[in-house]
Amino acid sequence: MFTPHTETEKKEMLNAIGVQKLADLFQDVPAKYRFPHLNLPDPLTEMEVAAEVGHFASANESTRDLVSFLGAGAYHHYIPAAVDSLLRRGEFFTAYTPYQPEISQGTLQAIFEYQSLIAALTGMDVSNASHYDGATAAAEAVIMAYHNFRGKRPRMVLSPSLNPQYRATLRTYTQGYNLDLVGDGKDADLFAGPDGLISLIDNNTALVMVQYPDFFGRVYDYTQLAKKAHEMGALVCVAINPTALGLFKSPGEMGADIVIGEGQPLGIPLSFGGPYLGIFAVRKEFARKISGRLVGESVDSRGNRAFVLTLTAREQHIRREKASSNICSNQGLMALASTIYMSLLGKQGFRQMAELCYHKAHYAAEKLAAIPGYSLCFNSIYFHEFVVCCPKPVAEINEHLLEHGIIGGFDLSEEYPSLPNHMLLAVTEMNSREEIDLLCEVLAEVSHE
Amino acid sequence: MSEKTIFELSSPGRQGVRFPAPDVTPAELPDESLIRADLPLPELAEVDVIRHFTALSKLNYCVDSGLYPLGSCTMKYNPRINEDMARLPGFAFTHPLQPIETIQGSLALMFQMQEWLKEISGFEGVTLEPAAGAQGELVGVLIIRAYHQSRGDTKRTKILIPDSAHGTNPATSAMSGFEVLPVPSDARGNVDLEALKAVCDDTLAGLMLTNPNTLGLFDEHVLELIDIVHKAGGLVYGDGANLNAIMGVVRPGDLGIDVMHFNLHKTFSTPHGGGGPGSGPVGVAKHLVDFLPDPVVGIIEDATEEMPPLYGFVTPAKTIGRIKSFAGHFGVIVRAYTYVLMHGAEGLRDISEMAVLNANYLLSKIRHAYTLPYNRTCMHEFVLEGVWPDVADVHALDIAKRLMDYDYHPPTNYFPLIVHEALMIEPTETESKQTLDAFAETLLKIAEEAHTTPELLKEAPHKTPIGRVDEVRAARDLVLCCWIPEEPVK
Ligand SMILES: Cc1ncc(COP(=O)(O)O)c(C=O)c1O
Repeated sequence: MFTPHTETEKKEMLNAIGVQKLADLFQDVPAKYRFPHLNLPDPLTEMEVAAEVGHFASANESTRDLVSFLGAGAYHHYIPAAVDSLLRRGEFFTAYTPYQPEISQGTLQAIFEYQSLIAALTGMDVSNASHYDGATAAAEAVIMAYHNFRGKRPRMVLSPSLNPQYRATLRTYTQGYNLDLVGDGKDADLFAGPDGLISLIDNNTALVMVQYPDFFGRVYDYTQLAKKAHEMGALVCVAINPTALGLFKSPGEMGADIVIGEGQPLGIPLSFGGPYLGIFAVRKEFARKISGRLVGESVDSRGNRAFVLTLTAREQHIRREKASSNICSNQGLMALASTIYMSLLGKQGFRQMAELCYHKAHYAAEKLAAIPGYSLCFNSIYFHEFVVCCPKPVAEINEHLLEHGIIGGFDLSEEYPSLPNHMLLAVTEMNSREEIDLLCEVLAEVSHE
Repeated sequence: MSEKTIFELSSPGRQGVRFPAPDVTPAELPDESLIRADLPLPELAEVDVIRHFTALSKLNYCVDSGLYPLGSCTMKYNPRINEDMARLPGFAFTHPLQPIETIQGSLALMFQMQEWLKEISGFEGVTLEPAAGAQGELVGVLIIRAYHQSRGDTKRTKILIPDSAHGTNPATSAMSGFEVLPVPSDARGNVDLEALKAVCDDTLAGLMLTNPNTLGLFDEHVLELIDIVHKAGGLVYGDGANLNAIMGVVRPGDLGIDVMHFNLHKTFSTPHGGGGPGSGPVGVAKHLVDFLPDPVVGIIEDATEEMPPLYGFVTPAKTIGRIKSFAGHFGVIVRAYTYVLMHGAEGLRDISEMAVLNANYLLSKIRHAYTLPYNRTCMHEFVLEGVWPDVADVHALDIAKRLMDYDYHPPTNYFPLIVHEALMIEPTETESKQTLDAFAETLLKIAEEAHTTPELLKEAPHKTPIGRVDEVRAARDLVLCCWIPEEPVK
């Protein structure tokens, strides 16, 4: 299979080493625990494995089998065939981190292009080579802001409509720090919008973090908030959905200092939650404070343009306990997927796709709001996700939808006890008008029961 | 030679992918002040994109093209069946928040994988959530912190890190709010027990142990070492990056290690993807199971005669909390699952035995020509000094660069830090005797060149797509995207 030696070769090799048998190589392992019996199934051939793993896959019902209106942080988009075709080139997926630039220009230039595309999309100056996902990027943003003020500003103001998983993750990451995380408590006013945060920003505040569009799908202009935060000397981080930036103004234009986000919508399959892509971009004054890898342009000994990992003195392999983060492996291949995706869609395709999402979501929202018993919960601008107030608990409605082959929206009461009967629906270019009409039909039926 | 960037290749008006016209009446767009005026993305046809990235791919060295003996990284062959399995539509198109009755296949696979990793490592609980090894370390160290705090033992503020450890270990400890204290190695490459005893007191939270360590050596006093830490009230973290040497050989949990991460992208053959994604599951001993991150996969309704069990997500009682979105790098986990299924217990042991055989064989062929700082049987990798006393001015880096001229990826260099001019070589089990023989010959030839024609090494590489890169200039001028900032970055 994957270990090629014949018995004869093994003997020759043991002879060359000067030992009798394989077990002789493991004398340093405490004898008492050496060569335990492992209770694992018998090995299978490739053919059998394909069938076995196939059973698990077919025990799922995917967004291919069902109609889906589920978003809440991961989105069902069309992925052009060329993306995976390129990703499956062994030159990309079987290479390591490009530590040796002379034989890694392919990976290095692709990362440089990724950094450039993310900078273009977000309106920022510098993007790193990726974080694990949106949630961990959020945590790293808090840590960066903390260190930016040398720990002297412990307050972080968090929007309550920042993805609950991001907020949970950044709390886990920072439990060894003495932070004052405010803004997203149980009593937070979910209807207040960004203005509700302004009064929380004081001169101990390192960071204000908001989401764009927010977890409920609402699109706010954060320009004023950013201005107020900057007046208090605080930094502003905007968590983005990259798809929305095909249509809406960039957080860079609003004055963000840090932009983070979940890059999954950029050509990465849902894949039951991962691997995804953590976007992390900053203004140029923070280029040396960013965590994670960076690729820079330089020249080689022959005078040609060449790319290389740079500012490595921030990283764990050089700075050890003083590093800006412990991150080592990142999401290289996912960043490549998004680079290919953005290149394929380009200026026009990206805008078309974003507008399609917008139009379909608005068609769905308006039609849903017209069904007796249902209404839109928030009266604000939205992109491709919105919240519907339902006549019954969402879990109950979703059960009914599933019987009709529909995965309903996210039950907000799971994360926000103050929002019972609130369903968060996502509509993308993958949802046809027929699907939306079917959803409305079934929802109308549910309310009559 | 250089390939233009995707922005330089852009031709206004081109488009690689089109989308259908809306099948609904278009809605009115919001106020102009919120709409972006310009989306500065490049414009290319599909064929431009394919050609560009194909051209880039050709500038890469990869496992598919040859030996990749990058120590500590376990660059083994990546079986193709793994790739197909991860892309099965039932997996690739499943949303992580779907109702659990629609995702029983994914959950059952994850549950099974947790069980297998427990069996392989000798732990009581496993989480598949961490995204990579370093995040697994963070989980482990936060668990150590939570464990002490749950006992009201708040004076434990320091973590010991052997001086041979990988940089992520001290970085993780510091990031988790601990003070980091290095522990030296002894003359045989083990953790120095006397030095260890001297720093073990009631402020000790734990020690991060890599075993086999980054010198490729199995610690000869591992049981004593663990005992010393435990007696001082500390816990032992195991960096499982080197598990490839010991599957079916010894279980870290049996040795008394309290918590350890796995690197599925090393030991379990999932590809490195040019830097990621990885997957860094964490295993814990019994006393730490309740602290695992949120969520783990569990059985929420037992099987009956007619029905299989119902799997779901559960939150451990004293969880450290969530550490990323959703429940782990599922696509990577499917690949690793496939790999375990193909191997079984015997196959996993064979992997480790062949990895150790290959490293020792390669070492036996070249040891006379290089300086070997620790003269012991190695495990899956070994470390050499990339300098000779009788050759002035040739460094490990020059050997690394010269290897590229012979079409090999260089070993890890300048790590571990405790070896002067380190060259860390990990051939992995998937390399044949013929490949190792050829590589050994090349290493011998380079040793000879160092003595006869050192400039060949110092100016290497000669045959690669580009020459040595000016790293100082990259860090000074700082061009990090095609968008040249108006004023240079300070
Ligand atoms: C010994 C050791 N520990 C930890 C890590 C970090 O693992 P990852 O890159 O998956 O975060 C590595 C990676 O190279 C390693 O070699």
